[in-house]
Amino acid sequence: MAIMSFIFAFFFFSSLQPILSLYEDQVGLMDWHQQYIGKVKQAVFHTHKTGRKRVVASTEQNIIATLDLRSGEIFWRHVLGPNDVVDGIDIALGKYVITLSSGGSILRAWNLPDGQMVWESSLHGPKHSKSLLLTTNLIIEKDNSLIVFSNGRLNAVSCIDGEVLWKKDFEEESLEVQQVIQPPGSDFIYVVGFAASSQFETYKINAKNGELLKHESTAFSGRFSGEVSLVSSETVAALDSTGSILLTISFHNGKISSQQTPVSNLLEDSPGLAVIIHSSVTGIFAIKTDAATIFIRVIGEGKLEVVEKTNHETVVSDALSISEGQQAFALVQHAGSNIHLTVKPAHDWDSNLLKESIKMDQQRGFVHKVFINNYIRTDRSHGFRALIVMEDHSLLLLQQGAIVWSREDGLASIIDVTTSELPVEKAGVSVAKVELNLFEWLKGHVLKLKGTLMLATPEDIAAIQYMRLKSSEKSKMTRDHNGFRKLLIALTRAGKLFALHTGDGRIVWSHLLQSLHKSESCRQPIGLNLHQWQVPHHHALDENPSVLVVGRCGPSSDALGVLSLVDSYTGKEFSSLRLVHSVAQVIPLPYTDSTEQRLHLLIDADKHAHLYPKTPEAIDIFQSEFSNVYWYSVDDDNGIIKGYALKTKCSGNVADEFCFDSRELWSIVLPSESEKIITTATRKLNEAVHTQAKLIADQDVMYKYISSNLLFVATVAPKASGEIGSVTPEESWLVVYLIDTVTGRVLHRMTHHGSQGPVQAVLSENWVVYHYFNLRAHRYEMSVIEIYDQSRADNKDVWKLVVGNHNLTSPVSSYSRAEVITKSQSYFFTHSLKAIAVTLTVKGITSKQLLIGTIGDQVLALDKRFLDPRRSVNPTQAEREEGIIPLTDSLPIIPQSYITHSLRVEGLQSIITVAAKLESTTLVFAHGLDLFFTHYAPSRTYDSLTEDFSYALLLITIVALVAAIFVTWILSQRKELQDRWR
Amino acid sequence: MAPIARLLLLALLPTALTISSGSGDGYTINGRVKIPQGLGTKGFALPGKTSNVKVILNGGQIVTYLRPDGYFSFQNIPAGTHLIEVAAIGYFFSPVRVDVSARNPGKVQAALTENRRGLSELVLEPLRDEQYYEIREPFSIMSVVKSPMGLMVGFMLVVVFLMPKLVENMDPEEMRRAQEEMRNQGVPSLASLLPGGGRN
Repeated sequence: MAIMSFIFAFFFFSSLQPILSLYEDQVGLMDWHQQYIGKVKQAVFHTHKTGRKRVVASTEQNIIATLDLRSGEIFWRHVLGPNDVVDGIDIALGKYVITLSSGGSILRAWNLPDGQMVWESSLHGPKHSKSLLLTTNLIIEKDNSLIVFSNGRLNAVSCIDGEVLWKKDFEEESLEVQQVIQPPGSDFIYVVGFAASSQFETYKINAKNGELLKHESTAFSGRFSGEVSLVSSETVAALDSTGSILLTISFHNGKISSQQTPVSNLLEDSPGLAVIIHSSVTGIFAIKTDAATIFIRVIGEGKLEVVEKTNHETVVSDALSISEGQQAFALVQHAGSNIHLTVKPAHDWDSNLLKESIKMDQQRGFVHKVFINNYIRTDRSHGFRALIVMEDHSLLLLQQGAIVWSREDGLASIIDVTTSELPVEKAGVSVAKVELNLFEWLKGHVLKLKGTLMLATPEDIAAIQYMRLKSSEKSKMTRDHNGFRKLLIALTRAGKLFALHTGDGRIVWSHLLQSLHKSESCRQPIGLNLHQWQVPHHHALDENPSVLVVGRCGPSSDALGVLSLVDSYTGKEFSSLRLVHSVAQVIPLPYTDSTEQRLHLLIDADKHAHLYPKTPEAIDIFQSEFSNVYWYSVDDDNGIIKGYALKTKCSGNVADEFCFDSRELWSIVLPSESEKIITTATRKLNEAVHTQAKLIADQDVMYKYISSNLLFVATVAPKASGEIGSVTPEESWLVVYLIDTVTGRVLHRMTHHGSQGPVQAVLSENWVVYHYFNLRAHRYEMSVIEIYDQSRADNKDVWKLVVGNHNLTSPVSSYSRAEVITKSQSYFFTHSLKAIAVTLTVKGITSKQLLIGTIGDQVLALDKRFLDPRRSVNPTQAEREEGIIPLTDSLPIIPQSYITHSLRVEGLQSIITVAAKLESTTLVFAHGLDLFFTHYAPSRTYDSLTEDFSYALLLITIVALVAAIFVTWILSQRKELQDRWR
Repeated sequence: MAPIARLLLLALLPTALTISSGSGDGYTINGRVKIPQGLGTKGFALPGKTSNVKVILNGGQIVTYLRPDGYFSFQNIPAGTHLIEVAAIGYFFSPVRVDVSARNPGKVQAALTENRRGLSELVLEPLRDEQYYEIREPFSIMSVVKSPMGLMVGFMLVVVFLMPKLVENMDPEEMRRAQEEMRNQGVPSLASLLPGGGRN
């Protein structure tokens, strides 16, 4: 009895200890962190002789980063706000990175070595316009200056402190400025553009003070289209809006002269609609048609000559001046599995400065962008290095015909993640290294023991740390007993599928999906989500597991869908099909066929249900469960939630036995003038609940209302759907609903007056936790709603249970109209939220913790006990014993319970929890721009020894005990002998 | 291990006004983040400390960074009540409520939402530093004793040294009887130890 109480006390105390508590030397043991920058939009090299060679890049994810040119590692990186799109970057004074962002209204300078922001200035202007950034070596009032055109205003900005030296407005309504040019060595600037789409305008401006020197304009009979390409500092090339006439306009000394050349004169066959490619190579410009890329040289006064016509996918870099008056540019072309990199001088098309052929992984797709940089070889010739951006968003540095480094930056934009088990360890299959022999094992543990006894030398500590981090155990390619080793399968926005090993985060395979590849029939393919298609564990063990990738050909919900089936072990796409219907929803059904392929129901935009896989067996299984399939749809725009069931086979003209009509069962229409749906949340399909009963103080029982058909919906006043602070508390409210999705019954409705979104919510077991903004207190709040089944509450009577007069065995069903009661409570929470999730364990016994992704891109673990609606200011003794924490108005933030410890998951988007086989442990994967993975035990690892358990100490204890037994035995024998002699 | 909850007194600095009406359609919020020297230096030093501090308006609407002197500014802010958060690894900052008044521009109204303390000017300081790691306790004999193995050893010692004493204090008569019983029964079985198990 004493032992029992001791064990209970032990557990009680251990559960009260700080929740996570990670030691600093345990970093990297169970977690890994990867940093990415996203798809590079613009890159600028910084390769001066002194200092480290860097490349500065801006990306489509609004990131400014500098990378080490030798290794591709990130020196520093800044993530700008979601609306702060980078328009241009450059390096000024050799030490500042200049960025123009937010539609040309924010200009910032960052210190190149460490990323510290040096200055920031905001540029406003009379109207919206193109934003152009031009670094010059002009010296105005002793300052080096930048020329920025944005928002219809030309600014000269000092590089030193960001002060605007002069500004000049171009207020004319119809003027669209296309280029700002500074002819080299001059002290004036040309601003060229179109007015009313048919006038060509040039402004010559004094660069020292912004004074207008000359303004010329010519009318053109047609209309201009879009871009112009700069041919020289006083000549531009443009296309008219029909794409059939090329114009070369020179404005030497302010005099405009133009030449018109029909595109058909240059090419024999009619090329169709052409567009001009933005480039900055002197004397040459390129146009692109559907079939080909055509390079055209300008000779003398507006004479044009086609220099090359390529039918391949060709990418051109900007011009790079390599020596006095000499420019070079790079071309990248695809040829089978190789890419050809050619560097040519601008003045001579036929000669090549460099021609290299590099073998390229097919899974990277086409080259999208190329940036070049030169260096002087030891023999004084020019060498070139090229940075290329591929279709899968990866970034590679090419030099001397080889790939120096590559970065998988596609992983910065993950759309969906699922997991897959690894193969079972069999004889001969093991990929693991040879196990350590006993001596090494013992040596390792002795070292560890020295570590715990603080006897270790610094070398020993280093050895211990290395041993722990490099444990071959965690990165094996086979299943383990604890279920820690899995494959994380991630779908990225580029349409590439990655498999990451949970042990060390390495990429096991990656595959550019064929179904999500741009083609004639599918112009804008986007990936939607991932589902587990086949998870063999009983019948079809020989089969590899596979995942289903669902996508569609376009952003609208009625675009046709595409499916891919990918083998999880090899990454082979064994099936890829284009659907004849759209995909609005994917419902994985809880049924599998004989090969353990899961049945999926795809709902299209017309509310027809399509069954996959399309096999007779699947239809047989499905027929028997036909009447049990329900689903719902949420229409955010109109505020309608509808429930559906299946009706009959499709009545359409085509006989398709896998297509079913649906019927509407119920609908909830929210008044659009007062409520707008902003968030919905449901329970995870694979969540396990250990028990329905909840023991509370006084030996009482409450029954959780556990239904997998629970839907949480949050609505706000339409006015309050904007940013924080845009409305007064009186005109904003937040309404939350708990809806049963089978019957459409509203189980609970609650209004928070004076509150607004954004709302982040998580639903698990019988509770929902949501985060919102309270305008009255001007603080964030988190609320919890717990829902209990009242109809089972009278089962407490023991006699009823004995006689059998109880309803505990009756199934939980949406058909029975359960009486529910709800309990709710709200607390203040300090931070804004980016994501929220809950820990998931295999059997659901372990207590739950919330995983909160804060605005600082950290993940905080918060015990669910802090969000218990039964908390009160003065809990009774019984309640305290039960573990109820006295009520406080705000939720505590304990720094030790940040599971990301001192790391940031920049641009955090979502937190995914996966149950390990070990009941105590959840695998947590947080992704955004960065990836972070860790093991997390909400109630500590009560079912296994901790990693720092010292086997050596145990061994020594046992040896000592055995020795003691022998010694005492000998002693007692001797004593006995002496006694006998006496 | 316990994070030190230190409330810092505001250093009164002659700074410029917090809110000024800027050019364009909105107002400008200027402020400063001050990270006191000496705070947060225990344990881990962060590389490039101020360069990674983000200042966030209204839960991510606008994000800005600090200048070397700690100043930051938000441009083109409409009148209304706003929330500024500071994200800095290693420090806990309270969000700040800032009222931008349309009627009398230039009026400063800022308050920490955590403790409702008003700020006379927008100088943001961390409420406390955050220690993300447990500090390893130095080796002590108590920790060994408290560990399961230590308890095991302790129990053994108790049995080895105290049991003979107990046996000695027993009545010799009773002792003999017990020994006899033991000899008769042989090894005591588990069943006989269980309550009610002795009946058979």
